[in-house]
This record gives sequence, structure tokens and C-alpha cells, in this order.
Amino acid sequence: MNEPIRQTMEVPVATGDEERYRLRMGPQHPATHGVLRVELELDGETIVVCDPQVGYLHRGIEKLAENRTYAQTLVLTDRLDYIAAMANNCGFCVAVEKLLAINPPLRARYIRTIVSEMSRLSSHLLWLATHALDIGAMTVFLYCFREREILLELFEELCGARLTFSYTRIGGVRQDVTASFIDGLQRFVDIFPDKILEYETLIDTNRIWLKRTVGVGVVSREQALSLGLSGACLRASGVDYDIRKHQPYDAYGLVDFEVPIAQEGDSYARYRCRMEEMRQSVRILQQCIDQLPPGPIVSDDAPDLHMSQRIIPFREARVSGFGTALIALSHKTKPTYPAGDIYVATEVPKGELGFYIISDGSPRAYRMHIRSPSFIHISALKALSEGALVADLITNIGSVDVVLGESDR
Amino acid sequence: MEQRAIAEAVKAQFPEEVVDIVDHHGQVGVLLRPGRIVDILRWLRDSDTLCMEHLRALCGVDNKKRKTPYPERFEVVYQLYSISLRHEIRLRVLLPEDDAHVESVVSLWEGVNWLEREVFDMFGIRFDNHPNLTRVLLPDDWEGHPLLKEYPLKGRKEWQGLVDLKEKVKRLDQYGFYAAAPTAEEKEAKAAAPVKAEAKVVENAAPAGEESKTLRERDQA
Amino acid sequence: MSADKVVHLPDGLRLFPGAGAILGPLDKLVNWGRAGSIWPVTFGLACCAIEMMDTGASTNDQDRFGVLFRASPRQADCMIVAGTLSKKMAPALRRVYDQMPEPRYVIAMGSCACSGGIFDTYAVTQGVDQIVPVDVYIPGCPPRPEALLEGFLKLKQIIMAEEFRWSNVR
Repeated sequence: MNEPIRQTMEVPVATGDEERYRLRMGPQHPATHGVLRVELELDGETIVVCDPQVGYLHRGIEKLAENRTYAQTLVLTDRLDYIAAMANNCGFCVAVEKLLAINPPLRARYIRTIVSEMSRLSSHLLWLATHALDIGAMTVFLYCFREREILLELFEELCGARLTFSYTRIGGVRQDVTASFIDGLQRFVDIFPDKILEYETLIDTNRIWLKRTVGVGVVSREQALSLGLSGACLRASGVDYDIRKHQPYDAYGLVDFEVPIAQEGDSYARYRCRMEEMRQSVRILQQCIDQLPPGPIVSDDAPDLHMSQRIIPFREARVSGFGTALIALSHKTKPTYPAGDIYVATEVPKGELGFYIISDGSPRAYRMHIRSPSFIHISALKALSEGALVADLITNIGSVDVVLGESDR
Repeated sequence: MEQRAIAEAVKAQFPEEVVDIVDHHGQVGVLLRPGRIVDILRWLRDSDTLCMEHLRALCGVDNKKRKTPYPERFEVVYQLYSISLRHEIRLRVLLPEDDAHVESVVSLWEGVNWLEREVFDMFGIRFDNHPNLTRVLLPDDWEGHPLLKEYPLKGRKEWQGLVDLKEKVKRLDQYGFYAAAPTAEEKEAKAAAPVKAEAKVVENAAPAGEESKTLRERDQA
Repeated sequence: MSADKVVHLPDGLRLFPGAGAILGPLDKLVNWGRAGSIWPVTFGLACCAIEMMDTGASTNDQDRFGVLFRASPRQADCMIVAGTLSKKMAPALRRVYDQMPEPRYVIAMGSCACSGGIFDTYAVTQGVDQIVPVDVYIPGCPPRPEALLEGFLKLKQIIMAEEFRWSNVR
């Protein structure tokens, strides 16, 4: 695999005395993963200046969050990283729970861990599909979507939606998992490791894949830290930073998994890291299925969904004919929301997703800042791509795994 | 290291700069004057006992509608984390309303570039010695800074680019298919109206006055 | 096997077996050809683009309807606006639409493209029909792949009912 591949094509080398060519790529371009725009200045095929531009999907989510209650803001977090909406929901709920000092029950934490990891798998599958498609491997796209569809159907069984779930609640989750969901998940966990092998068989020894990823977009350890990278991009450069291990939330402190790390820092290393992460996710899912404890799925002091001016706690009660239901209890005293500020980060598939929430005592966030990994990763494209070829830019955009909804907010 | 201890260390190193140390939900924030922020961040990053090599986030805050014990209107918040030592701290730099500006920290972390541009875009806070301080999320000719508290959710005035675009749409649509095509009402009216039998001009008829003559008579003439 | 069992002709067209001829109004013939090969340009903006990709992928194989994605507007005759259209993006949307040759159709996919959806803010256009004329609206946040397929079928109905779209006179 590592034998030198014979040079079959002559690549024009920049000489410096030719006229520069300006190329504007995007915002409508199939390989920019959304509405990213890159202004390039080329010397032959070599990129001299690379200037990525974002904002084409800016919707004002941070401003909107200041005008909505915390529970209403939850639906906006779906639309941040729409490929892994469940992970965003969990991240936001963990942040608000810490602000309101709510402790979700253990079963809810396990369920959240399950759905977060399913989101991670679904996001990585989409990343692999589109990354391979950009580089020229069409078959991988069809294979990955086949398995992703199983995950989406499981999500649909769980909460009725395929992409934008709003399944988690502040203080728990919306509804309990069913036995058939667990069965379906178990079947998926059983077959999925073989499928990862299938993808690797398709592309791991493919010389086009190797030629276009090995040694492309190299980021050293120091440069990665300086650029503020996170997630698999940072771990591929040899930094052991995974928030699931560093500051465990939900049930990540209770399950056993490893954090894959590579040292090379190129696109191929990022690919290897994400493939290993998929294997670890399967491990976490299997442990969660085995350990899933019984009990309530929502905390007693969780606020009601609409949370107008005061926290109305609701309890799980037995209703004749309907099994269990969530019943809001009337609350006479007006509770006070704790004022102050809090920053909580969670490990979403793209990297570190942080919510910085300032509360002034009202049920609305006074200010909510979203630290989105994609925004910072796109800004790193400049450092990754200058001096490389135009074709390598496509590899870099794919391998840092950006989603523009999260970047532009 | 405990967050409180880090905050005390910052205060011991830069006693002039620290305004206050606040504690919320177990997270400690250090309130600072804007003057020596680059020195403080460099010291936090390079010190062996603190080693804050990861700048997690940078954002702006508008304190106009919030009661704070400080007169300054704006804040720029830095979230720092040490990956090797696993501790964190928050720095909040207080900025006055008129002439809000602070030194850029791009020289320490390359990735801060866009975060500072975003704060400029959303709040209008300027960063000195920034390599390219322009808007990043909104178009360059946008008016106002959306995350200021007096900026309404739906904006005040329509962006000029969209106004121009709508004029262009109006101009181009009159040549489009839908402008020339009959509308549904016209189609109905046409279908309902009785078809008029129009007298048609027969073009290849014989010259006038010669209809009655036979072919032989014409030949003889 | 006779030819009229191999080729499914719409009402109004008649195939003469053995003669290799189809007789009928030109409208019907042109519309029949157009409706069978809708090639959309991919204008993926946000969440709906993921469902649009899913429609083209292995499970909901849309190629069986003659719908093939094109990356260039010059080769396309339908634009799927999938997702939230921000004001900054609106000029680019109109430019892509202007680059498409006649006949061209627009499908607005998802709540945001139809009406702005939940994002009633300073930065979002409230519906793409302010910018381009829309033929089919598909509601949902995001719509399922089946809903997009139904949107294509609706567009086929619209195309089949058209008159004189091939002529300059009209």
C-alpha cells in the first residue's frame, strides 16, 4: 500500500512570473458542501491566495435565541448542524441544565448518549459519502447512504422525524425508547462493523484515494492548536483532546471507549481518525444497550415545554388507558432563574460545540453565543490550501468536514 | 488547577488590570481592563503551570439591557482551556460604549481571526492591529450591527442589495414566460367565450369579375 | 410484442404500429418529452439539501423518474431551492436562475424556501417566490424524500398541461 505510486501525469509547477488567474468558486458549487464561497488567486494550478467567505446561510440564530425561551431555542439548535441534529440538541440541553441546576435521570442520560452516537455515525457516513464523491468515488456514496438510511429509520421510529428531531428536553428526553427500537439498534450494531470494512475495502487500497489524500492539507500539532481546530481534525494532528473524555457529560463517563489519534495531520490521517471513531461509536452503542438502566426519563424539576414566565415542573403519571404521560403540575410560587453566565462544550461529530449562555434572571437567554467548530475550520482552509493545487482544495474542504448551517448560524 | 486559583494567579501577576473575579455555577470569570489583554493571554498561554494553549471561544456581549455593577457597555469574552492540564478560565474584558476597541490577539492564535471579525460584524467592536477587520457573516454594505440590543429582530431598513435585486427581478420578469403567458383567468374567459366564425379571405381565388367565365372563355380572351 | 406496449404514450398521442409514426398535437409530444426528463440543478442551501441528496441516493432512487442532478445551470431545466435563502445568497440564486435556458421550472423545497419558515429575522428572505417564480411548493421541515418525489410528479402534471411553451408566438 505504501509503495511509491508512479508519476503518470506532469503537474505544472508555479514559476512566479506568470499572470495570476482569479477564480471564484461558489457559493453554488457541488463540492463546497453547501454555500461556501472561496476566492482563489492561481498561478498555473497552484493556489497563491485562498480567501474563503461565509455568511450565505446566516439566519440570525443568536439574535433569535435572545427573543425565545430556552425550550423554544431548542428547535433552533436542530438547524445548526443539520447532519447531526441530535448531538446539537444534547449539547444545548446539557448547557441549559447546568445553568438551571437540573440533573437529568440516568436513563435519560443513557438514551442521550445513544442518540448522540447514532448522530455521530450518521454524520460520519455522510462525510465519507460526500468526501469520496468529491474525490471521485461514486460507489462509496451509494454504500454509505444505504447504512445511513437504517439510522434515519431508527430515529424516525424514536421520535417521528428524520433530520430535525428536537427529541431531547431540558431535564431529560421527550419519550422513552421502545423495545423494537432497541432491537433495531442491536441489529444495526451487529452488522455495522462489517460495513466499515466494506468501505475500507473500497477506498483504502484505491490508488486515486491515496494519491489525493496522503500528504494533502498537512497541519502540524502547533499549527492545529493555533488555528483553534477541534474534533477529529485536531486529533489527526496528534493532540489528545476529546471533550467526552476531558469533561464527560451525559453517560460518557460511564462507558468505556478509546480516542483514536493520528500523528501525520494530513487528509488521510483525518480519514483514518473518523473511521476509527465510527468503530468506537459502535462500541459505545453496544455498552449503552447492555447497561441501559430502568427509571424515569425526565427529571422532576424539568421545566414545561413552553416555559412562559416560570418553571412548571411536570411528572410522569399513570393515566388509565394511555400508560404513562407527562403531566404539568401547577406551580404557585414564581421561581427565579439563576443569573450568571456559563460555557458548556460538547463533542459533536464536527468538533467542539460550545454554548456560552448569559442569563439575567428571565426565561430567555440574555445572550447566547454558539462556538461552532465549522466556522473555525473554514477559516483554517486558508492555511491548509495556500501553496497547494486547486484539486487539493476540494480534498481539504471535504476532509475538515464543515457544515455551513453551523458555521453561519 | 482550580479555576479560583487560576483567577488569583492572574490577579497576582497583573494586579492593575483585574477589576473583579466572579463565580457562576462553578465557573470563574475574571473581569479585566482592555489595556494589556495581549500580555495577559500570552502569559496564560506560555506559562508552564497554566499552559492554556486552546482558545475555545471569543464572543462579544452587549450589556445595555442588563444590570451590571460596571459602567462599561460592552464585553469581549475569552474562553481558555488547557488541553494538557485540563483546566479552564474565562476572561471578560470590559469596554466603554463610545470608542469600543481592544487589541487583537491574532498574533497569539491564528484561528481568532474570524472570531474577531464576527464580533466586529455583530457589535461594531473594533480590534486594533487586526489584519483584515471586515464583516464576515453579513454583506459588506450592511447597515447596523445586529446583535446590539437596540437592533430589532427583523431589522430596521431593507438591505440595499435585496432592494436592487427585487428591481432587477421586476425588470427581468416581464420578459419571462410567466409574464407573456395568459393567466388562469384569461384562459377561463377565453374558454367561456363563444368561438366567433371569422370571414376568411381566400387568397388564391380568381381575379374579381372573372368567376362566371369558364376556362375556355378565359383562354379565348 | 407491439410497440405501443413498449412505449407508454399519454392520452392524445397515437402510435401507428408498423409505420414507426406518432400522430398527435405537437404540444402533447413536446410536453411528453420534457416531463420524462426533468434535470434539476442542485441548489442545496441547508437542511433540505441533505434530504435532496437522500432522494438521489440508493434507497429513494429518483433516477427511475428520469430525474438526474446536474451541477451546471446551463444543462438543467429545473431548479430545486432546498433550504433557507438568506439575503446575502439571494443575488446568487437569481443569477443561477437567469443562467438556465427556457423552459425552466422552480421547486421550492421546505418551509424556509416556501415562506421563510421559523427564521423570521433580519437576514432571511421570506420566501423564494420574491426572487424567482415558483412552480411547485413542497412543505415540511425538511420534507421527506417521498415528498420531493411527489413534487416531481406534480411538476410532471404541470408540464403535461402546458400549451405552446415551445413557440415564440404563444
